[in-house]
Amino acid sequence: MTQERALRGPRLGRAPAYLLLLGLLGLAFLVVPLLALAGRTPLRGLPERIAQPFVLDALWLSLWTATAAMAISLVVGLPIAWALARLDFRGRSLVRVLVTVPLVLPPVVAGVALLTAFGRSGVIGGPLRELGISIPFTTTAVVIAHTFVALPFLVVSVEGVFRATSREYDEVAAVLGATRGRAFRRVTVPMALPGIAAGLVLGWARSLGEFGATITFAGNYPGVTQTMPLAVYQALQSDPEAALVLSLLMLLVSIGVLALLRERWFGQVVP
Amino acid sequence: MAVALGLALLLTAACGGSGASGDDQRLTVLAAASLTEPFTTLAKRFEADHPGVDVVTSFDSSATLAAQVAAGAPADVVATADPRTMDTMVEADALAGRPETFAHNELALVVPPDNPAGIHAVEDLDRSGVDFVVCAKSAPCGALAAQVLAEHGVTAPPRSYEVDVKAVLTKVVLGEADAGLVYASDVVAAGSKVRQVPLPRSPESSTSYPIAVTTDSKNPDLAKAFVDLVRSSEGRHVLTVAGFTVGADANP
Repeated sequence: MTQERALRGPRLGRAPAYLLLLGLLGLAFLVVPLLALAGRTPLRGLPERIAQPFVLDALWLSLWTATAAMAISLVVGLPIAWALARLDFRGRSLVRVLVTVPLVLPPVVAGVALLTAFGRSGVIGGPLRELGISIPFTTTAVVIAHTFVALPFLVVSVEGVFRATSREYDEVAAVLGATRGRAFRRVTVPMALPGIAAGLVLGWARSLGEFGATITFAGNYPGVTQTMPLAVYQALQSDPEAALVLSLLMLLVSIGVLALLRERWFGQVVP
Repeated sequence: MAVALGLALLLTAACGGSGASGDDQRLTVLAAASLTEPFTTLAKRFEADHPGVDVVTSFDSSATLAAQVAAGAPADVVATADPRTMDTMVEADALAGRPETFAHNELALVVPPDNPAGIHAVEDLDRSGVDFVVCAKSAPCGALAAQVLAEHGVTAPPRSYEVDVKAVLTKVVLGEADAGLVYASDVVAAGSKVRQVPLPRSPESSTSYPIAVTTDSKNPDLAKAFVDLVRSSEGRHVLTVAGFTVGADANP
């Protein structure tokens, strides 16, 4: 008896029914719409609908722009997360707030903000245009919009992991003669890899679903700026069945990627 | 359990708020994006004429509205920018009675005030380096734009298919596009923020606006009263000021 109790941990009593009930309610709320989507999707002609050029273009565009946005986020986001977690400097909380703002900003507002910065008459876009570079209505604009909304996801989650891995490891590395840069590359980042991967997946998923900032800043043209969510929205106006198919496709891609990454990265546990 | 019950009560209270209070009536009007200005004005007039009535307006692409209404979105009155989008609701049995035409609108070519690309005719859109935007083809303004562009032999693709006419106008107002195809009413709405470039008139460049009461309307009498206001001399005046054409066939 005591042995069994020791194995199962201390007895906390039965789980309260109301907690289970509310939890189930919440779960149903999340699952029912997705099941409904899958159930309503016309299966007949599914391959033909998916093989349409605009669908494949949109899917490919979505996948690679989200990946590009994550590559950029990784390069500039890791240093931000590291500075927030490891450096003591004045205005750190201000920096953290600034990084978090795009998280809570309505995406359309993010799109307008990007236009005022990178638009043809924008603060940065204006001078660029003098040089013959115009950003709106290009795939570059899509990547910029995705990076703007997804970078905070990476920074916030990676900062959390950096904080969770003790500063002592850095100190030990320093005692052993490593410079701070070397400690970052050889100790801090490797130890935080699963967390970084999780942050990347979160940001990637956010990019994949990005709509408001993209359509406001980058526009909507098949093959150039029309990502999957934009294609779904436009299909919904003329061909609701096609929109259902596209939505299901996105759902499957998202689930597929999550499952794949779970195997590869989330399976590892930090020692 | 008590918590769950409390939460459930709270939710019902929040959802059924308007019904419980009794006196206040709500009229939901869905209208094409191009009707934003005149219908906002008319909604205020209607509220003034009917104390206790709250008119909720929602403006979007006609195609989006048609899809929403056909899928059972709660609405009392719906007005679209062409008969085609209205027909999809007729086919879905979502409308009570036949839609009635109440206004017309002309397609218009607009450029930013400084006209950076030097556009003086619709044919100029075909020049390379001209960034112009149009509505998505599913939206009435996009269908019109496609016809007009084809009619004038413009084969250059637009830089973007915007979801509705106001999005096209915004891109031009912000100077992100060199030109855009919108409606005459949008030119009025934008005032000095855009410049209009004359577009040859043709039957292909005009669209008509139908309005109808929905089958699901909880307050069909009130909904009918709103339709009557739109078609009254007052409504026609508001529409004319907003840049719409109110033709003879808009009369009952």
